[in-house]
Amino acid sequence: MPAETVQEKALLEKPRLTREQIAQLAALELPDGAYVNLGWGIPNLIANYLPKEITVYFHSENGILGMGRRARPGEEDYDLVDAMKVPVTLIPGASFFNQADAHLMTRGGHLDVAVLGGFQVSEKGDLANWKIPGAKGSGGIGGAMDISAGAKKLIVCMEHITKDGAPKIVKNCTYPLTCLECVNTVVTDLAVVDVTPEGLVLREIAPGWTPDEVQRLTGAPLKTKGRVPEIHLP
Amino acid sequence: MKKKVYSSLDEAVAVVPDGARIMFGGFGGAGFPNNLIQALVRKGVKNITAISNNCGTRDGELGLMFKNNQIKHVIASFPGPHANHFQERFAAKEVTLDLVPQGILCERMRAAAAGLQGFYTTVGVGTEVAEGKEERVLEGKRCILEMPIHADFAFIKAHKADGLGNLTYRLAARNFNPIMAMAAKTTIAEVEELVPVGSIEPEQVMTPAIFVHRIVQAKGLHYAG
Repeated sequence: MPAETVQEKALLEKPRLTREQIAQLAALELPDGAYVNLGWGIPNLIANYLPKEITVYFHSENGILGMGRRARPGEEDYDLVDAMKVPVTLIPGASFFNQADAHLMTRGGHLDVAVLGGFQVSEKGDLANWKIPGAKGSGGIGGAMDISAGAKKLIVCMEHITKDGAPKIVKNCTYPLTCLECVNTVVTDLAVVDVTPEGLVLREIAPGWTPDEVQRLTGAPLKTKGRVPEIHLP
Repeated sequence: MKKKVYSSLDEAVAVVPDGARIMFGGFGGAGFPNNLIQALVRKGVKNITAISNNCGTRDGELGLMFKNNQIKHVIASFPGPHANHFQERFAAKEVTLDLVPQGILCERMRAAAAGLQGFYTTVGVGTEVAEGKEERVLEGKRCILEMPIHADFAFIKAHKADGLGNLTYRLAARNFNPIMAMAAKTTIAEVEELVPVGSIEPEQVMTPAIFVHRIVQAKGLHYAG
């Protein structure tokens, strides 16, 4: 086996952050008082990791603002569910509205932050997150295109590479697109990366990793501004 | 005055012919007109175009209509992980699908309700959704033209109705229902409670009676995810 391949294999076996830790890291990006939409997958875990001192008003695309924790057994009301069909609760000051108004909020730039899952993000901030090429069945778009087109800040949470080791941060998306030039920040199991007019900037890095190692698992150039700090989770 | 309240589900849907375009309310298990859907299954109408966020949960919601091959075309945003009957028909090319971003689905129905002949949006630009659509730059942004979605019927689920058709909805069971009620030519509502005219406070009315044509009382059904 060539030395380079052995080296890459060792890289793929290095410990990375867990899905829960990615969610915990993304939770730190939410400002106090923000109106926030969380998508399926890793983003859905974020509500569990909000710092105690802040209040965030979670928006659900089926017409809820101020969604609280999941309902406990015996507490479920099936007229009060989140976008994943899970019975939830409300926090004081919550409101209901119809689905058109729910997406008026997403598309019209009224939400402060949206956090979505992703299959690929390009260096310009294009997002692909709704369909895997060649997957069986019809696929489905849901609210992803409205949300990504309109959020003031869009964060994508995903693993840095696919199960086969292919980069998910790429020069150009090859998967079907969700939205052009919409992503502001990518939080992965290896790094926090900001999409800027000058290109992708490596803001923070997983413990034990070097910028060069992360670059080798990334499909587009990463810029650094001085020494890149290690991710520190509370 | 024209009577709007029907005493049975079968009577309420008797007016629906083969080939009808029907909007179906509901999202995430809440606010689905499941009793009306079952009445359509009993009636056996065919060649329906269904406009709905999703395509059923196993046998629940629109599931049985796909199982019985009553639907030929769907306009939906998210068919859903448990829409197995739809997926089988789709794979067999017995049903066609038009996938629409969820908020744009709402707005296209609202355009129909409001007498607007379409609108421009940035949503979907550069994606599969934009294929075949007019594109232009407005306010410095690339936009595509989206057209209204019309329907012959809206099947909706509400909490309370009075005899005139003023409606209220419970919690997050509102979702698509008020939009569809405004967009279709004929709106058929299944409701949990029928109350006397005047007993819903005017400021609490969520869908005004002008949008509602046929009402039937039925105990709501939910299907687990």
